[in-house]
Amino acid sequence: MTISLLEEKVVKQLETVFDPEIDTVNIVDLGMVGDISVSNNTVTVNLLPTFLGCPALGIIKDNVIKALNAISEIENVEVNYVNNPPWTSDRITEKGREGLKQFGIAPPPVQLESDGSWQVDCPYCGSPYNTLENIFGPSACRSILYCKDCKNPFEAMKPISTL
Amino acid sequence: MKITSAQELNELKNVEYKKALIDLLYQLADDDFIISYRGSEWLGLVPHIEEDVAYSSITQNTMGHAAIYYQLLEDLGEGKADDIAHGRANTSDWKNAILLEEVNGPGNWLYQDPKYDWAFTVVRNYFYEVMKKIKIDSLKNSSYEPLAQVAIKVRSEALYHLMHWRTWFNQLVCAEGEARRRMKEAIDKAWKDVAGLYSLGPNRDAIAKAGLIESEEVLKERFIAAIKEAFEKLPLEFPGEPGMERGDGRAGVHTPDLKDAIDTLSEVYRLNPAVPW
Repeated sequence: MTISLLEEKVVKQLETVFDPEIDTVNIVDLGMVGDISVSNNTVTVNLLPTFLGCPALGIIKDNVIKALNAISEIENVEVNYVNNPPWTSDRITEKGREGLKQFGIAPPPVQLESDGSWQVDCPYCGSPYNTLENIFGPSACRSILYCKDCKNPFEAMKPISTL
Repeated sequence: MKITSAQELNELKNVEYKKALIDLLYQLADDDFIISYRGSEWLGLVPHIEEDVAYSSITQNTMGHAAIYYQLLEDLGEGKADDIAHGRANTSDWKNAILLEEVNGPGNWLYQDPKYDWAFTVVRNYFYEVMKKIKIDSLKNSSYEPLAQVAIKVRSEALYHLMHWRTWFNQLVCAEGEARRRMKEAIDKAWKDVAGLYSLGPNRDAIAKAGLIESEEVLKERFIAAIKEAFEKLPLEFPGEPGMERGDGRAGVHTPDLKDAIDTLSEVYRLNPAVPW
């Protein structure tokens, strides 16, 4: 089997690993996968932590190792968390954004306004008429909002940038 | 000079540089570690439920920042990150600022009648996050690249922390009656030890010379400028020269509050060091 075919298999397997708290978005679409290198029977995957204190990081790492060990051609799996490049919320793919919405989480704003403010649309009704109840939420990456139109509380992925 | 990895540094055999780097990393790690420990003691006790969500999230992030600095120390051969965090029973081995180790107030979590001081907590966290941002902005250009990379990551999270504590600080200071009175008392109390936050300790010259972070004078100047600017917009007068009355934590000088904190937080570790934290 050629390296590139094997790499494809690796990515396919990585797409089966989900955020343990959001089962509609895999780690590839979440933008957590950095460099992948395959040589002989060893695969090395660099992962980007979303938040440094996120308790899911250990679970995700274990699940990546499990998923990659399922590939018969691979004997050694090495998974590292790296800080370069830093994870930012604009790494989430279009598919990832759709997956977040399905789960009831508004995806992060694509673009921050020049004054640093941001706007998100309600994942249920699409309305931008909502209020930020708490910039912090049930996990490090989420905020709590309330939709004034459809009267639903909802969560939004916190925008994280290096600007 | 830029050093790109722990491996490169070890091969260079630059003893002075490595010593300065290790010292600075302990300062950064211990600051974040001990203030997040004090934050964890507020769980379930803060003024309202949204604050419980926010403060515990901030505390979790900050503990993550401590962990990544301990990881950088592990990479330099200082031992396992968990052992560094939990295995230093002797307080003179700790490099955190004294202001951060102080108890939240009388009593203990949870059933020992905690009478924690929210005003002091807001003031301490606000001063800390103002200082932390100044340091992180400087660390982004650190000569030790693994540290510069961590700084960029930490900064993206810590900006929300500063925003949070600034909101509390401004609102309570601008309130009337007990809130304002207690905030002023807390500012006076914290100011007596606040200089410990920007101190780079006995190795300050070596740390700056190595290009790890800018000099203590620069950090101090920026901290004072930031607080002056904030206080000008508030009904507050600048309190004058920052103090370090109880000594410099960077030199291993500490109060009994730190000893008590370490004894409590390392209790499980001492029973069984294999337990993950």
